[in-house]
Amino acid sequence: MIIETKGLRKSFRSRQGRETKTVEAVRGVDLVVTEGEIFGFLGPNGAGKTTTLRMLATLIEPDGGEATIAGADLRKEPGEVRRRIGYVAQGGSTWDDSTAREELVLHARMYGIGKAEAQQRAAQALGAFQLAEYADRKCKTYSGGQRRRVEIALGIIHQPKIVFLDEPTTGLDPQSRAHMWDEIRRLRAEGMTVFVTTHYLEEADALCDRIAIMDHGEIVAEGTPAELKRDISGEVVIVGLDSPAPRAADVLGTQPYVTKLETPDEGGLRLYVNDGATAIPQILRALDGADIALRSIELHRPSLDDVFLTKTGRSLRES
Amino acid sequence: MKFARDVWLVFNRQILLLLRNPVWVFVGVFQPVMYLLLFAPLLTKALDVGSTAEAYRVFVPGLLVLLAIFGGLFQGFGLIAELRAGVIERSRVTPVSRLALLLGRSLRDVVSLLTQGVIITVLALFFGLRVHLGDLLLAYLLLALISLMTSAVSYGVALVVRSEDALAPLMNTVAQPVLLLSGILLPMTLAPPWLKSIANWNPFAWAVDATRALFAGNLGDDSVWQGLSIMAVLTVLAVTWAAREFARSVR
Repeated sequence: MIIETKGLRKSFRSRQGRETKTVEAVRGVDLVVTEGEIFGFLGPNGAGKTTTLRMLATLIEPDGGEATIAGADLRKEPGEVRRRIGYVAQGGSTWDDSTAREELVLHARMYGIGKAEAQQRAAQALGAFQLAEYADRKCKTYSGGQRRRVEIALGIIHQPKIVFLDEPTTGLDPQSRAHMWDEIRRLRAEGMTVFVTTHYLEEADALCDRIAIMDHGEIVAEGTPAELKRDISGEVVIVGLDSPAPRAADVLGTQPYVTKLETPDEGGLRLYVNDGATAIPQILRALDGADIALRSIELHRPSLDDVFLTKTGRSLRES
Repeated sequence: MKFARDVWLVFNRQILLLLRNPVWVFVGVFQPVMYLLLFAPLLTKALDVGSTAEAYRVFVPGLLVLLAIFGGLFQGFGLIAELRAGVIERSRVTPVSRLALLLGRSLRDVVSLLTQGVIITVLALFFGLRVHLGDLLLAYLLLALISLMTSAVSYGVALVVRSEDALAPLMNTVAQPVLLLSGILLPMTLAPPWLKSIANWNPFAWAVDATRALFAGNLGDDSVWQGLSIMAVLTVLAVTWAAREFARSVR
């Protein structure tokens, strides 16, 4: 367990005219993150993802609850937590008039690393993130993707056990985004735990080993993307037939792995199963055994948006 | 040890960025030189002193204090730019000392003020100003304290208000009465009694008196230790408060 939190809470007071309103940004978050995984925090803007992350990174103090991060107690030894984690903020963290190399050396030295070692690590990081070519140019001349890579490099220059990335791909073009995914996977391959927030469904699905879905300051679901999707409605196998449906429905309706069977108006069958990948061969065998000709077979897996919809009653794409 | 190193890291970076932008040096020196050339000559008659050198003896110390106050109070703008760029937040996730984040920046302001101060003093020497080196160094110490204090206040306020739009009027509102009530442009000895008694509550008026006494060669004057002590206490308070703002969790 590299991160374990219990009942982490934070509320902010905001003033609107004369009234002060208390906004409960995070209402009791329990999380477990395992070492070496890419853990995704998925949720719409304003769900409390950044607030949670900033609490874990010691930037804001929780109102309540506790957390252990890489073996250090968040509230009792924030200094120790800072040494063991890296954090990359959402809005950027590089100075226009500094070069990437300067930023990296300075940042390493702020962690207490000596000058020579800091320069060596900076050079290494510049190489690893394919930034060597622009290393001595001012940050303001970089593209969005290059600048984001500098920021990730800053976050891991002191070789932390875990790195928090707040929306690392927001605002990047599709190519830079794919590139960023590769970088994040590379960090995992090097043994680092990566805690990433995102409001992109595809990103959480493709990149993360495990995700927690957050909405209105609470975690509404947690698991691997596959588990989460399976849990809600199971998977759907759509079978296209040449012959009339009723006979096939009789055959397949009695199969133990089929939880529900529908005969849609457009023909064919919709079979709800727990695990489509293992169900398909069995469906093929059953139909073959009954000598029923099959025109097409198609597996429909629910998306994380279906998960979000089930848990919150809203679609993430709309919120 | 770690603390000194942290201060040096922050200071070093700030100085480097400052030198990268040489326009600053020009701007920082141009304005005070204009005062020196275009305003000080008026004072010879206004103050009813015998020579221009005499007028400089009164005006230069005031001008230096003015630069220290204004130079410091407006440093917060740079910090707001850094806040916006995320540089401060990035520093705050490292174990770097929070006090060093403040002091490294404020010391840059002290160094740039003293650079301005030296240039102005040297120029004034050409116009006949004479001052003992020991007195001058003590005066520079006082100026350093003022600049440290005002820049710390400015950084603290910048961290609270977090916007240039709020910082500018705030600092102007503070700076204007401070300027008028400190006898910077004209000595307070010219003031009517009621104005003088208000000015007594302005700590910077004490600092101006002390600097003037030093430039006049009156090291033993009470105003010297009084001015230095008042500034030292206020500097400690300002730095403590501003360092807390750097450490405080902000949204």
